[in-house]
Amino acid sequence: MIKFFLMVNKQGQTRLSKYYEHVEMNKRTLLETEVIKSCLSRSSEQCSFIEFKDFKLIYRQYAALFIVVGVNDTENEMAIYEFIHNFVEVLDEYFSRVSELDVSFFKAVSQVFLSSWQSTGSS
Amino acid sequence: MAKSGSSGTGGRGKGHSKSKEAEIKRINKELANIRSKFKGDKALDGYSKKKYVCKLLFIFLLGHDIDFGHMEAVNLLSSNKYTEKQIGYLFISVLVNSNSELIRLINNAIKNDLASRNPTFMCLALHCIANVGSREMGEAFAADIPRILVAGDSMDSVKQSAALCLLRLYKASPDLVPMGEWTARVVHLLNDQHMGVVTAAVSLITCLCKKNPDDFKTCISLAVSRLSRIVSSASTDLQDYTYYFVPAPWLSVKLLRLLQCYPPPEDAAVKGRLVECLETVLNKAQEPPKSKKVQHSNAKNAILFETISLIIHYDSEPNLLVRACNQLGQFLQHRETNLRYLALESMCTLASSEFSHEAVKTHIDTVINALKTERDVSVRQRAADLLYAMCDRSNAKQIVSEMLRYLETADYAIREEIVLKVAILAEKYAVDYSWYVDTILNLIRIAGDYVSEEVWYRVLQIVTNRDDVQGYAAKTVFEALQAPACHENMVKVGGYILGEFGNLIAGDPRSSPPVQFSLLHSKFHLCSVATRALLLSTYIKFINLFPETKATIQGVLRAGSQLRNADVELQQRAVEYLTLSSVASTDVLATVLEEMPPFPERESSILAKLKRKKGPGAGSALDDGRRDPSSNDINGGVEPTPSTVSTPSPSADLLGLRAAPPPAAPPASSGAGNLLVDVFSDGPAAQPSLGPTPEEAFLSELEPPAPESPMALLADPAPAADPGPEDIGPPIPEADELLNKFVCKNNGVLFENQLLQIGVKSEFRQNLGRMYLFYGNKTSVQFQNFSPTVVHPGDLQTHILPLAVQTKRVAAQVDGGAQVQQVLNIECLRDFLTPPLLSVRFRYGGAPQSLTLKLPVTINKFFQPTEMAAQDFFQRWKQLSLPQQEAQKIFKANHPMDAEVTKAKLLGFGSALLDNVDPNPENFVGAGIIQTKALQVGCLLRLEPNAQAQMYRLTLRTSKEPVSRHLCELLAQQF
Repeated sequence: MIKFFLMVNKQGQTRLSKYYEHVEMNKRTLLETEVIKSCLSRSSEQCSFIEFKDFKLIYRQYAALFIVVGVNDTENEMAIYEFIHNFVEVLDEYFSRVSELDVSFFKAVSQVFLSSWQSTGSS
Repeated sequence: MAKSGSSGTGGRGKGHSKSKEAEIKRINKELANIRSKFKGDKALDGYSKKKYVCKLLFIFLLGHDIDFGHMEAVNLLSSNKYTEKQIGYLFISVLVNSNSELIRLINNAIKNDLASRNPTFMCLALHCIANVGSREMGEAFAADIPRILVAGDSMDSVKQSAALCLLRLYKASPDLVPMGEWTARVVHLLNDQHMGVVTAAVSLITCLCKKNPDDFKTCISLAVSRLSRIVSSASTDLQDYTYYFVPAPWLSVKLLRLLQCYPPPEDAAVKGRLVECLETVLNKAQEPPKSKKVQHSNAKNAILFETISLIIHYDSEPNLLVRACNQLGQFLQHRETNLRYLALESMCTLASSEFSHEAVKTHIDTVINALKTERDVSVRQRAADLLYAMCDRSNAKQIVSEMLRYLETADYAIREEIVLKVAILAEKYAVDYSWYVDTILNLIRIAGDYVSEEVWYRVLQIVTNRDDVQGYAAKTVFEALQAPACHENMVKVGGYILGEFGNLIAGDPRSSPPVQFSLLHSKFHLCSVATRALLLSTYIKFINLFPETKATIQGVLRAGSQLRNADVELQQRAVEYLTLSSVASTDVLATVLEEMPPFPERESSILAKLKRKKGPGAGSALDDGRRDPSSNDINGGVEPTPSTVSTPSPSADLLGLRAAPPPAAPPASSGAGNLLVDVFSDGPAAQPSLGPTPEEAFLSELEPPAPESPMALLADPAPAADPGPEDIGPPIPEADELLNKFVCKNNGVLFENQLLQIGVKSEFRQNLGRMYLFYGNKTSVQFQNFSPTVVHPGDLQTHILPLAVQTKRVAAQVDGGAQVQQVLNIECLRDFLTPPLLSVRFRYGGAPQSLTLKLPVTINKFFQPTEMAAQDFFQRWKQLSLPQQEAQKIFKANHPMDAEVTKAKLLGFGSALLDNVDPNPENFVGAGIIQTKALQVGCLLRLEPNAQAQMYRLTLRTSKEPVSRHLCELLAQQF
């Protein structure tokens, strides 16, 4: 199961977040900081899956923007990894050459995309 | 769901504010403007309303509070224009509050839209319900959505949204979603033309079937045929649902995952089709890629990994398991780190399957290489896990030495875990114990800081219990201590072993007693208080072992730095040992400082620690019984003494370092302080009463109570005076076999030799039992001093007794040919793993005879059978789905496979046999409750005979992990 979906930039600013489990607002900030820290500390030689507390992070980096998905151990890592890319392709199509600014200015639009097809994970 | 991220850059719509203050100023101005528009007399048209609500939403997303505009947003919901309605819903989804008046209006609007037959409006409404997902929403709509989902005339997009919406509501509050006749129709959505609907339906069914597997059972065949259609379709057949030439990858993954909720399909045709699919996926992995793009291979591999998971889940197709293993083997050398990581991870589970264990082992060199060269610590960690999982006796030496080598450069974060693993493997697969000792000493040398107490306690226990390794151990530690810098743990182990067994190497002039002493003493000053205390005990033992060192050691003890040490423990030891050595006679010294008795055998505390560290389930790969039933005898190298009750030996102070008052101090002697008093007041005769206290402190240090094995010393209510528990010998070698005979029956002959026959009759009800033991004298001569006693071996430290046994004394004489009867009343207080011991002692013709047996009281005796319907059974079965709640064993039949005999055995085992539960009539399913005073443990069991292979698979699920494992072991030996 997907626990959360985050888009965070290298400076640690959250551009988009969606939680599928209840997490307190103040804990979210803390969690997001830790998540981005552990993603930033990795090199390109390392794999894209991080064991994080009692769940797993699956991340992909697009320029300065990290997309991180938190999942529990019943998810297929590879499928989620590719799902992230698929999501980016959809944004790219919509915004024609999507950039971080698009995502932050049009949060609402990104939210719509995310909520309308995320829990399916279908293309 | 609202994101209050404050990206200080402002937005296009609101101009580019330069600073925080400017932004706030700008926003306040805008808010005032919107407020006046909303309050104004002129009614706003739809477009302006949408515009202002949209602005409010944006301001909220920038992180500012919004306290008005809700009403306008709700008004937008009833608009007929899509864009206006959409903004209304978006606002509501993000900013809903629990204003009851508003909720009523919103729900009303949603109701209208759901009933509107306009698919777009219906979808908007469904998305809103799913996004809010509150209980109120659930209460209002949970009943409507299933109807929309299965209605024949719903559009595809509506069905898709309805399925996801229902999934969301079900996850939030499962009780609100009513099960009903719609469930059967949901399953048929798997046949839907529209792939989006199928995908949404699979997600929903996967979630629902976890609670009610039976209701959704029909999904198996539908899922298989859907999967087969996708897998066999050409890369362009599915158009929109093809991702980089891979047809519907996510849907395939979801279908494969749904199938993992169920056992292999029973219908041969379905199963055949599924196996074909799985083979096709494996074949496709070997085909050249249809695209060079990494997305193509990623999507393909996602399906492949899920396929392998399913194969592992079934664990019944040797051919597929081996193919899966080979496929993963290729990935081990792939240049993509992600693939190497996932391959190692999957292989770890493959290693525990008996069918693929050997195949996994062939990759050992690659895995070792990964451990050495992999740049990513998480991949190295997986490699270490896999090595651990694939280890067995054939490759233990290689794996252990590789892990030791890795330890030198391993990341600090995982060192302790590696140390534990090495220690466990070394012990478990030790063929000769000198290798074991070498390995542990190497561990201490390489990673001393990470060697926890459990590890070095364990090596001491094993050395103490195995006299064939003691000399070697003494020699090796002596050599290890000669290193200029050695770890404090090494000093501890060295001090202890030399103190016990230093005499074994004293013959060699290079390790003569004075050399040993000065070597140890050269480390003394660098050590912590605890180690120094241990060394002081070693010194006093030296005085006993090597009288020639007495003067030197007394000199050390007498030194001001010891006698007036600021640390009270050191001071006390120095004072007491000095006095003891100068006042006591050699005889007394020899008795007081006698060699340590063997330790009682039990589950390795290291294993317990590793399990704690890794959390539940992690230890599963190493659960011995699973594929290597013979592994017992490795731990059991110590087996000849397994259940000896710890001897309250007076010499036991060697490690009694802790100042804390030892548990269960008997009133007779409380602590080391009394040592001298006792020695001197009563002389040598009193020596048995000296020791128990430090002994217990010692034991409690060596063996932190392992929660998995609540063994407690059974207080023996029978006269404890003469045959003190220390005299109880180890159970006779065949005791286990004898015990096994009684797992499924209550009456019979427990033991027989030329002299004595012991018969048993017992009955058990709930947590109580009564046992009659009949002792028959087969000779014509009277047995004298006949005394049977019952003890429960185990830990002195825990006071929790798992069993309370009341015995009645029997006559001390048994005439030739006569029989005496002894009644035992047994109460089970809590679950237990080891049976109590029955020790029988008597004199026959002047010669003392003694015999120790395991009393046929096993936990299953307290079973109460429970009848239940199939549905209840599966529901409970599902509830006990945590990996540690399940114990499974696959084993060869030792007896002819006869259904009637099996039935009788299962009934004798104590559980109820449930008919018509398992769809396969060959299988047996049982249920029962283990009754103990403290708790009840529900148990479900399933036995699947395979007449062709002459094998059984036994699965136990209970709410308590040790109980599952123990029952599984007990029962598995019966067939």
